[in-house]
Amino acid sequence: MEDTVSVEPKASRRDPAQLVRLILSYGVLILLTAVFVAPLLWMLSTSFKTQVEATQLPPTWIPEHFTTGAYSKIFSTGKSQTPVLRWFLNSMIAASAHTALVLVTASMAAYALARINFIGRKLLFAVIVTTLFIPQFVFLMPNYLIVDMFGWLDTLLAVIVPGAAGAFGVFFLRQFFLSMPQELEEAALVDGANRFQIFLRIILPLSKAPLATLAVLSFLTNWNDFLWPVYVLFSPESLTLPPGLSSMQEAYQTDYQIIMAGGVVASIPVLLVYIFAQKYVIRGASRSGLKG
Amino acid sequence: MATQNVRRTEVQTSTRKILGVGGRKPTDASLLTPYLFMAPYLVLFGVFILVPGFYGIWISLHNWDYLLPGKPWVGLQNYVDLFTPGSVTFEPFWQSMDATGKFTLYSVPLLVVVPLLVALVLNQEFRGRNFFRTVYFAPYVLGVAVIGILWRYLLDANVGLVNYYLGQLGLPDNIPWTNELPWAWVALVGPTVWWTLGFNTVIYLAGLQDIDPALYDAAKVDGANRWRRFLHVTLPGLRPILLFVITVTILLSANVFGQPYIITNGDPGDETRSAIMYIAEEGLKNFNMGSAAAMSYVLALFLAVISVANFALFRYRGD
Repeated sequence: MEDTVSVEPKASRRDPAQLVRLILSYGVLILLTAVFVAPLLWMLSTSFKTQVEATQLPPTWIPEHFTTGAYSKIFSTGKSQTPVLRWFLNSMIAASAHTALVLVTASMAAYALARINFIGRKLLFAVIVTTLFIPQFVFLMPNYLIVDMFGWLDTLLAVIVPGAAGAFGVFFLRQFFLSMPQELEEAALVDGANRFQIFLRIILPLSKAPLATLAVLSFLTNWNDFLWPVYVLFSPESLTLPPGLSSMQEAYQTDYQIIMAGGVVASIPVLLVYIFAQKYVIRGASRSGLKG
Repeated sequence: MATQNVRRTEVQTSTRKILGVGGRKPTDASLLTPYLFMAPYLVLFGVFILVPGFYGIWISLHNWDYLLPGKPWVGLQNYVDLFTPGSVTFEPFWQSMDATGKFTLYSVPLLVVVPLLVALVLNQEFRGRNFFRTVYFAPYVLGVAVIGILWRYLLDANVGLVNYYLGQLGLPDNIPWTNELPWAWVALVGPTVWWTLGFNTVIYLAGLQDIDPALYDAAKVDGANRWRRFLHVTLPGLRPILLFVITVTILLSANVFGQPYIITNGDPGDETRSAIMYIAEEGLKNFNMGSAAAMSYVLALFLAVISVANFALFRYRGD
């Protein structure tokens, strides 16, 4: 814990005031933990209840009539207005394809901007960075028309491609590439390697951490995206999970166990990513204010 | 060692030649290379950022009904309408701007202060701080759709947990959270704070750890108590972070869409319908894209002014 600022000398640990403060801190922290965890546990618990139990008071935190009925309902393969399994696949395909597209295009552009001297580089970078400051909603109407022109409305391409044009990835990777020593590619150039070989064999393998951060952020952002898919996807079978969940509210009204089961399905992949790639998520978050 | 250094200098010089810095003319291939690297991204950037940036302005100057063949030029009429009381768009637009303003006003102070307190607690030396940070940040990785449906259930007037536990505490247990004022604001701001608190906390924590511990030691030697140390060391040290957090939180709050869309559906009336919600409805549901585009530029201008004012204010207070 060298990174804390209020480093107290060891002896003062036994100071009673210090102890009281510590206990108070723990009290607050544990209370807050309950506030953050309880709603998520409630969602999980409800998804294993019957409709009666999901809407009964007093609430039961552990289902008395444990059932996976809600999941059978939303995973049923017959024709449905709420094909959750299909939405799950759509979200998986969209978020993965979007992430791959961002990684490839942003890393290539960032490499050129960071490490090759060429005419127009400064101007190009200035234009790209400037667009980071333009709020996304300004692009809603024109991009809707452009996506329509390509015939992408109501297809996954509409939620995969346009979002990859954002400048954040280029900006983020360029910062990292700039920090790498120049000698790396100078030696390789002398050995006769071309720029593309250098990029693939030297630069990318040394950039695993920033690439992972960008990948995780892109995946989460795309998986959770709501406004854009609500309007560009409309057939039940072409939705991703977020607009799908929203449509479940209308379809099931007070069948909360079914709606919560949908919520659980949408949460599990991102919570898994969070648990296993936590350092990338948090590192990314503390540098990604611009992305929101 | 020495030979290596010599070799490196040789390498550098010869590379400069290859790169064209040292006089040798670069080949055609190397001249094209950077543009080839840029090309895939530039195509995306051009088609979905640069072109729409101008196309949007063009749309806003027309009566652009997506469903009609004719899209007559109307000049600045869409903008004029937004500032003309009695026009079709005037009342609903400013109503939605008002709702966005209220949401921002209610949520930003909480999202600036509460995460700072949490970060200060987490920044102390004790076991398990990483665990708590992990837990508090967790809701932020969920999408607005998930937190929206979850909180709509929790805030259900009849079967929701919130009313039930309020009742257990002897408080009113029938509050219509999602469709009456002022409760609807609580139903939007509360879940938003729950959802994004961890994000601001993580940013504050990073900022707190950048403050030089020697400053605290010096303040202690001077006899400053905890409060004074917070006031004279922590706060000034956090100034750039505070500016960042305040600006980003204002911008994110002003972009609010999912919470009112899912939790309150804009109710009661259109009291909680946010500006983005109205713009999206007007443009992408009713297909009055010209006026919707105009609205988005007016909102963007508002946000630009607020951001600039924010920066100016912080600089002024620093001098």
